[in-house]
Amino acid sequence: MTQYLIRRLLIAIPSILGISVILFAVLALAPGDPFEELATNPAIPPEVRQNLRASLGLDDPIHVRYFAWLTSMLRGDWGFSFVSRIPVDDLILQRLPTTIAVIGASQVLAICIAIPIGVFAATRPYSIFDQIANTLAFVGFSLPTFFTGLLLILLFSIHLDWLPFVYRTQLDSTGWQWWWDQVRQSIMPVTVLGLFQGAALVRFVRSAVLDVIRLDYVTTARAKGIPESAVTLRHIVRNAMIPVVTLLALQMPAVFGGAIVTEQIFRVPGIGSLLISAVLANDTPVIMAVTFVFACLVILFNLIADILYGWLDPRISYR
Amino acid sequence: MAGSTPASATASAGVPASGGDRPRVGPWLEAWRRFRKHRLAVVSAVILAILVLGVAFGPLIWTVPIDEIDFSKRLDGPSWEHPMGTDDLGQDLLARILYGGRISLAVGFAAMFVALVVGVLVGAVAGMAGGKTDAALMWLTDLFLSLPQLPLLLLIIYLFRDSLVSVVGPEMGVFILIVVVIGGFNWMQVARLVRAQFFSLREKEFVEAARALGASKTRMVLVHILPNSLGPIIVAATIDIAAAIIAESTLSFLGLGFPPDIPTWGRLLFDAKDNLDFAPHWALFPGLMIFLTVLSINFVGDGLRDAFDPRRVKS
Repeated sequence: MTQYLIRRLLIAIPSILGISVILFAVLALAPGDPFEELATNPAIPPEVRQNLRASLGLDDPIHVRYFAWLTSMLRGDWGFSFVSRIPVDDLILQRLPTTIAVIGASQVLAICIAIPIGVFAATRPYSIFDQIANTLAFVGFSLPTFFTGLLLILLFSIHLDWLPFVYRTQLDSTGWQWWWDQVRQSIMPVTVLGLFQGAALVRFVRSAVLDVIRLDYVTTARAKGIPESAVTLRHIVRNAMIPVVTLLALQMPAVFGGAIVTEQIFRVPGIGSLLISAVLANDTPVIMAVTFVFACLVILFNLIADILYGWLDPRISYR
Repeated sequence: MAGSTPASATASAGVPASGGDRPRVGPWLEAWRRFRKHRLAVVSAVILAILVLGVAFGPLIWTVPIDEIDFSKRLDGPSWEHPMGTDDLGQDLLARILYGGRISLAVGFAAMFVALVVGVLVGAVAGMAGGKTDAALMWLTDLFLSLPQLPLLLLIIYLFRDSLVSVVGPEMGVFILIVVVIGGFNWMQVARLVRAQFFSLREKEFVEAARALGASKTRMVLVHILPNSLGPIIVAATIDIAAAIIAESTLSFLGLGFPPDIPTWGRLLFDAKDNLDFAPHWALFPGLMIFLTVLSINFVGDGLRDAFDPRRVKS
């Protein structure tokens, strides 16, 4: 298992490098000169501008610039936000826990919805329940997160007035009331993301279970006289989860996209809304750093999926 | 075929050669037959056709201008004069939605086309070359699959928008940028499918026969392999349209897509979201349009999948 993990970690390194190359290429290819303003300023002679460029390494060959950029990124030296003048890594660290909490909670919700429904539908293929579940799954992942978010606000905040639609970091209450308020303001963002993700997952789970259910070992388990519920839970579901974990990891980029939108709608102070405000305020260091963090998160979740994979299917870790 | 060779003594001339109780049909007709069995897909195809025709020809029938400002009619709900109500400047929402639909659908189809071209190219090269080229291309595909797409979309649009807009104008510039970038992040599924198809098809006897007859590689790909792998490609392309429409709407909803004076569906939602409490219709109609379009495209895709893959047909 340890060896397997080390191998997986080593495979993740080229991915991070590849993503960093793409990010850097986008930045390097982008038009625009950081000293554009100086060029139009008559008080600054061109030689000064040239010297400034040279001292900052802007005229170096591209691979030198890439390695300089990469080492400073890896050292955690991400520069300062143009807008708030505080180090970018502080800004992101402040906001990251909220994003992780919202995404984590919505993933748990998605799994809690998708696995029971998917398994139940697959054990009764083409029944009424299966057809309704399938249709609802289509509706679920055809509803874009920004529209579900607005619909929920319309229903629960405006018409029923049950839930607040703005997420606040500083809650006035303390103790149990604080927890209650926290839950109340998290319900809608988590539901929006969880339902979207869960709807896609239901179909994965259903087809994975359908693939497993007709295998011989399931028949054997039934023939031994094991009750149907135990066959389903212990023999079918565990093996059906193997492909589902892969698909879950493949879905992560889409989940982060959804998280950005959700954070923006409900004004959740996570890195997604940080990214949007940075784009609107032309805050390049923050945009770059948040994109890089999202890329690293995707890879991190892929690693977690690999660990789960090794646990679900021990054969893999011995290969 | 049966008609060109002399019929056996038992077969009488004039009766079409038929197997069993139904006439022989080509693969496309057979696919259409199976597609028709998927009721939701057929209904969705009709809805999608109405939507496409509606946004294509609707503005010719509903000739209210999209930017006629009328402050006496601010935030009106649906009425005969304005079937979908008005926005905060009293502009007619039906006209704006019809106009926006043109852009949203055009982006969807164009981005699908970009994704298809890139995906087929990468998949075909990987599938025909094999070996190191295949490994490198598949690594690239996996890398793209694990890129955080929305942040990168935002980054690229933020960095490149101004210079492209200054070259080809605001509307066209943003359109090209969005189409290329969305297409450039959606080709991976197509590439994987095409590669898998190529791997299985190039070992088939008919391809071997073509090779034995001296067909060049290009001819083998274009005449023999690609047409036979069209089914899954069409399915993936359909799903890509839905993904592209959602991606474009998301960008516009975040206020980072098309310029404010171009009312795409996502942009309408973006403008409407601060007036949800007193003008819910403003958000509901464009949202419903996106939802209906995406849902019907997804169902059509599902129907096509059934149609092109005989194993999936319900018994």
